[in-house]
Amino acid sequence: MFPNSFEYIAPTTLTETIELLQRHGYDAKVLAGGQSLLPMMKLRVAAPPILIDINGIDELKGWREENGFLRIGALVRHSELEHADELRARYPLLAETAVWIADPLVRNLGTVCGSLAHADPASDWGAAMLALHAQVEAIGPGGKRQIPIDDFFVDTFTPALEETEIATAVLIPTPAGRTAGRYLKIERKAGDFAIAGLAIHVSIASDGTVAEAGFGICACGPIPLRGKRAEEYLLGKKLTPETIEAVSRLVPEDADPTDDLRGSAEYKRDVLRVFAKRGLSDIAKELQGEVVLR
Amino acid sequence: MKIRVRVNGQTYESDVEPRKLLVYYLRDDLGLTGTHVGCDTTSCGACTVLLDGKAVKSCTVLAVQANGCDVMTVEGLERDGQLHPLQTAFWEEHGLQCGYCTPGMLMSGYALLQTNPHPSEEEIRRGISGNLCRCTGYMNIVKAIRSAAVKLADASAEPSKEVAASGSSSD
Ligand SMILES: Cc1cc2nc3c(=O)[nH]c(=O)nc-3n(C[C@H](O)[C@H](O)[C@H](O)COP(=O)(O)OP(=O)(O)OC[C@H]3O[C@@H](n4cnc5c(N)ncnc54)[C@H](O)[C@@H]3O)c2cc1C
Ligand code: FES
Ligand code: FES
Repeated sequence: MFPNSFEYIAPTTLTETIELLQRHGYDAKVLAGGQSLLPMMKLRVAAPPILIDINGIDELKGWREENGFLRIGALVRHSELEHADELRARYPLLAETAVWIADPLVRNLGTVCGSLAHADPASDWGAAMLALHAQVEAIGPGGKRQIPIDDFFVDTFTPALEETEIATAVLIPTPAGRTAGRYLKIERKAGDFAIAGLAIHVSIASDGTVAEAGFGICACGPIPLRGKRAEEYLLGKKLTPETIEAVSRLVPEDADPTDDLRGSAEYKRDVLRVFAKRGLSDIAKELQGEVVLR
Repeated sequence: MKIRVRVNGQTYESDVEPRKLLVYYLRDDLGLTGTHVGCDTTSCGACTVLLDGKAVKSCTVLAVQANGCDVMTVEGLERDGQLHPLQTAFWEEHGLQCGYCTPGMLMSGYALLQTNPHPSEEEIRRGISGNLCRCTGYMNIVKAIRSAAVKLADASAEPSKEVAASGSSSD
């Protein structure tokens, strides 16, 4: 199996990349990890006449903390975050999520930003970045802009990027207090996309109340969704058996699953309920010590 | 498009169509047929090679993307006519039946041991989770990788034991 023929261009600067995108418009596609685009091209679902390989652009590599954000460059692979021990304490949700994506081989190439730009409703990073209240940084002919993650997923496979823009990074606010994160996912077989997935981010203020709460849901709607009701409810409260129980009932209310081969809508909602309870109970144990939860 | 790739230590210069996938470049252009094509849809891992040291599915990388890179295929495991301890372990532990998945299993196993020389059974299973085998049921593949890890550890421990012995007066 091989894709349709195309012209291959590998620019080494962002300026060049933007010029190429302006010149070729819809005909051009950006190639990052290639782990979604190349399979689609092999199946001829996509047949871009021009492929712009951004892997040689050094400024898109690596992650760093600056101005109150963790900035994850567009060429950071899933596996880099899976193994970034330096990020474990403050951004635990990153490694928690990365390990659930596909398999080690795909994780060595696939990028976080590519995953967001692909805008698959089952994107695990989509759920995680919602929970982390992230922003996508994009650059185009008009310059740089930041897109809040809530505005980023326009529709299934449709991100809020112009034809002439590329995502350069995803920015995660540095959490204030003690932080924990869990990613819970159920799949049909190892390495598959989710039947349902739930990302949870919590940070606790010094008085023990929840200072930041984030819930991101994937594979349960046309785009990754925010568990908004649960977030609003939990802010300023403590993690107790009662609040956890309440949250676990609120999370499925923000999901919009459909019946499909992976399961019924009812089943997926219930999975989210169980995930919320399980994830938060774990987090409570981690952040508050031996609180015995029902 | 002209590309320059180092495969198993040897540099090749070739002219390839951009749409040619790395696995077909290795097999058809370079004659390195050890790397297999199983599913051709990024699922099975039979095509696993190391690209600049990282295990990837070579059916989902363009040959032009390997320009300037270092590739290692299953043929690169053997040294001076000697099988790599991981290959010997697959032989001894019956880590294969039909052998179709084996090149991919070996490359994933090799990549795992490079970064984690003492993997637990769980870590081995995770490490090869991108590689499908339709024959063995995985038990003997896991055993083989474990046994290779032990062998490699023993081999690398021996010279350092001597060093430790000769320097033991210091403690
Ligand atoms: C077998 C298999 C299993 C998988 N399982 C999962 C899973 O369980 N969960 C999951 O979330 N994903 C899964 N994936 C998808 C994987 O995570 C991809 O790596 C990811 O979706 C796309 O990232 P990429 O860097 O490979 O992007 P590419 O394939 O290179 O690109 C994907 C799309 O995004 C665009 N794009 C990429 N980068 C940019 C950028 N910086 N700016 C603008 N546009 C850009 C491309 O033009 C293209 O349209 C799986 C893939 C495979 C092959
Ligand atoms: S042939 Fe490449 S993953 Fe199956
Ligand atoms: S030995 Fe036959 S597929 Fe693995």
